[in-house]
Amino acid sequence: MDSSDVAVRFDGVSRLFGEVRAVDRVSFSVTDGEFFAMLGPSGSGKTTCLRLVAGFEHPTEGRIFLSGKDVSDVPPYERNVNTVFQDYALFPHMSVQENVEYPLMIRKLPAAERRRRAGEMLELVRLPGFGARKPAQLSGGQRQRVALARALIGQPRVLLLDEPLGALDLKLREEMQVELKAIQRQLGITFIYVTHDQGEALSMSDRVAVFNHGRVEQLGTPAEIYDHPRTAFVAGFVGISNLLPAAVAERIGAGSRSFSIRPERIHMAAPTEPAAEGRCSADGTIRSVLYYGAQTRYLVGLDAGSELTVVTQNSDASGLRAAWSAGERVRLVWLRASERPIEEGVET
Amino acid sequence: MPFERRRHRGKPEGGTRPGLALRLAALGGILFLHLPLLFIVLYAFSAEDKSFVFPPPALTTRWFAVALEREDVRAALLLSLQVASVATVLALFLGTMAAAAVWRSSFFGREAISLLVILPIALPGIITGIALRSALNLGGLPFSFWTIVIGHATFCIVVVYNNALARLRRTSPSLIEASMDLGANGFQTFRHVIFPQLATALLAGGMLAFALSFDEVIVTTFTAGQQATLPIWMLNELVRPRQRPVTNVVAVFVIAITLVPILLAFYLTRHGQDAAGSGR
Amino acid sequence: MSAAAWQAGRADPIARFARYLHSRPRLMLALLLTPPLLWLGVIYLGSLLALLAQSFFYIDEFSGQVVRELSLRTYAELLTEPNLLVVARTVAMAAAVTLACALIAFPVAYYIVRYASVRLKALMYLGVMVPLWSSYIVRVYSWKLILAKEGVITWLAEHLGALWLLEAILAVPVLGGPSLSFSMFGTFIVFVYIWVPFMILPIVAALERVPRSLMEASADLGAAPIATFRRVILPLAFPGVVAGSIFTFSLTLGDYIIPKVIGTSHPYIGTVVYAQQGVAGNVPLAAAFTVVPMIVMAVYLTIARRLGAFNAL
Repeated sequence: MDSSDVAVRFDGVSRLFGEVRAVDRVSFSVTDGEFFAMLGPSGSGKTTCLRLVAGFEHPTEGRIFLSGKDVSDVPPYERNVNTVFQDYALFPHMSVQENVEYPLMIRKLPAAERRRRAGEMLELVRLPGFGARKPAQLSGGQRQRVALARALIGQPRVLLLDEPLGALDLKLREEMQVELKAIQRQLGITFIYVTHDQGEALSMSDRVAVFNHGRVEQLGTPAEIYDHPRTAFVAGFVGISNLLPAAVAERIGAGSRSFSIRPERIHMAAPTEPAAEGRCSADGTIRSVLYYGAQTRYLVGLDAGSELTVVTQNSDASGLRAAWSAGERVRLVWLRASERPIEEGVET
Repeated sequence: MPFERRRHRGKPEGGTRPGLALRLAALGGILFLHLPLLFIVLYAFSAEDKSFVFPPPALTTRWFAVALEREDVRAALLLSLQVASVATVLALFLGTMAAAAVWRSSFFGREAISLLVILPIALPGIITGIALRSALNLGGLPFSFWTIVIGHATFCIVVVYNNALARLRRTSPSLIEASMDLGANGFQTFRHVIFPQLATALLAGGMLAFALSFDEVIVTTFTAGQQATLPIWMLNELVRPRQRPVTNVVAVFVIAITLVPILLAFYLTRHGQDAAGSGR
Repeated sequence: MSAAAWQAGRADPIARFARYLHSRPRLMLALLLTPPLLWLGVIYLGSLLALLAQSFFYIDEFSGQVVRELSLRTYAELLTEPNLLVVARTVAMAAAVTLACALIAFPVAYYIVRYASVRLKALMYLGVMVPLWSSYIVRVYSWKLILAKEGVITWLAEHLGALWLLEAILAVPVLGGPSLSFSMFGTFIVFVYIWVPFMILPIVAALERVPRSLMEASADLGAAPIATFRRVILPLAFPGVVAGSIFTFSLTLGDYIIPKVIGTSHPYIGTVVYAQQGVAGNVPLAAAFTVVPMIVMAVYLTIARRLGAFNAL
């Protein structure tokens, strides 16, 4: 990769809090203009990585580069990076206008220019005319937009978002996802987005880094992460996953390695379904049926041991049986190509 | 030591009513606290100047004029105001610094700092007073305006410290990070974010410190030489009464001058749980 | 931020200093801590330690000069009978004052927490807070007016036909005197008056913590069987009472103004300390005497901690 295209680079970075390795020898690069998600459960090190980029934390080991420049020891206020905080961190004693103008005021820009640019920013986040209000007079979603306007007004090269939608309700969250993505495209700024919500990470980002125990377990496009999980953790954390241990795989004639398979890739058929080239099948009994409207989710206990989840779309009934019920015998069939071998103990 | 002022919780009772005995006892308690001060105000207008006879035979306002003409009263009043002002300014600086240090970092001995700040009001005033006095004697330092100020600032620090720390603890640390993230260095962040957050708490703390200092007598008796603050002047009058009517008027002055800052401090901290009642 | 702005920021010496401090949080901490530590640690704590040290010096009986050698002679003097009597009198007074404060404070606190409307609550709170903060000497003085032979109390007793009662009280040996203003009763009343706000606030704090439902469930204070009150409310308020008693006890132990202004010539710890360091010039004995309230309070605090009083502070 050409270094001029790299917005952020982690080079063997660790951050220790006492004995705890919050971030453990992490290396990766974020390309300029990319929407990059850091996904992982709480305590996985993703937020610490974000804070390392912002400059609130400094690496214990390794270096961090912004636009090719080593910033490991540069304070936050000298980095061309801005943050949208999880609790928004709007200054309660300032109006919305003053909040958005803050970075320009610090840079001592003339008042007229500050006002003009703040107006543009409030326009961008669809809050025109809200300038005179105090943060306390805004709803959660509005505060979120003000925080975004304030972080963008200084034209940072990288925008960091720390679970920015966590406090919003579902409807608003979905709206904001679309809007954030649109703003990112419009401005062409690199977004680094921390979340524990896999749906958010998959739907919005160009690339996703999955964090676990302070390490990046896998880094790739959403499709790669979803379709080719390299570790059991990634397979389990992103989407619903079926993990078949090596012993079971061997018993059903699917080779001698453990593998994972997505539930929507499994075809559920009557026990009489004939075997076919390139397919694998396993017999079992339906243990439970969960109806979700658009889909139905079945839990099937295999005769060979272990369980598989199967998801069927309720789009049409074209030749298939409309529904199965618990206790029925079924034969599960899938393409061998859908199996994803899992590497045990994979490291990045 | 510090009491926190608590938010009003819940609604007052609709159904139950307090029993008569409880109402009388509560009313009695509050009256016990405030009636004596009303008597002072009453006596300040008494025309009788030789004894504390009740009820006063006649009322007059002439003692106010007499008191204001008195050179010794004016000197004492001026000294008290000066001492309280300087002690408050010192306490504001020292108390805020200590609060900021304790808030931002978790360093070894943090608990010890809190204890050290509270000690001057936790120990009886006489201990603080005699300790300072004997230290001054040992050091061969003469009593002066500044020795009074040293004593007062020492026990005023805690008031500012408590108010500042309570406010800082309610301030989200992400505000400071946000400010730095947006390009402000440490000083700019202090000026534009931390200080505006702290301002009313510091004002409240300063007001209480002023009231505390203006009113102080125990430590002052040990650290003042020939100079008399207003409370010292009053104490002298109490031990050897010479001018009862003037004393009554001075007492009213002291009540008025300490009441204003306390009410103001109470008003400034009314929304939070800042320590408007941080012990003394 | 643009590169030009960074450069501009670096050139400014204040900005350079800010950056220097930013990268050295320990230095920043040291800068913040040094002034208050110098003040409290050196001036104040130094004075206290010097005082403590002086309690191990002693007065030469013939020359009246302080002898600066370590010795327990002053402590031996402290433990003689007249001085122990002073300590006993002061501790007894502190105990009596604490008890009376608790009795007066409890109904006020209970009313504030349980019955007062939001507005009245704020007002009553202020009514407790203002005397706590203000005008110590003036508030002592007010009782000089009230307790004087020709003052309000006597007038009230006359009009209620209770002069005989007042006279009976004043006739009590040791506790009485020529007028309330010159009696141990008078001293006691003023102590209670001055310190009672310090008892009310911690009890309010403790009662505020009692779940409302629990308080409502227990029958009313006035009408209820005493058992309910004793079993439900008192145990819950008790840490507050203990916390308040720390103040009333400690403040009474160390005060010397009140007994000097209102009362008899019987000495208390405070008045002895004052006299020893002043008129008598026996600083070592005065210093040794100040150790007494510290020890008493240390014992008291240890007991209070066991009783859970610190949660109500």
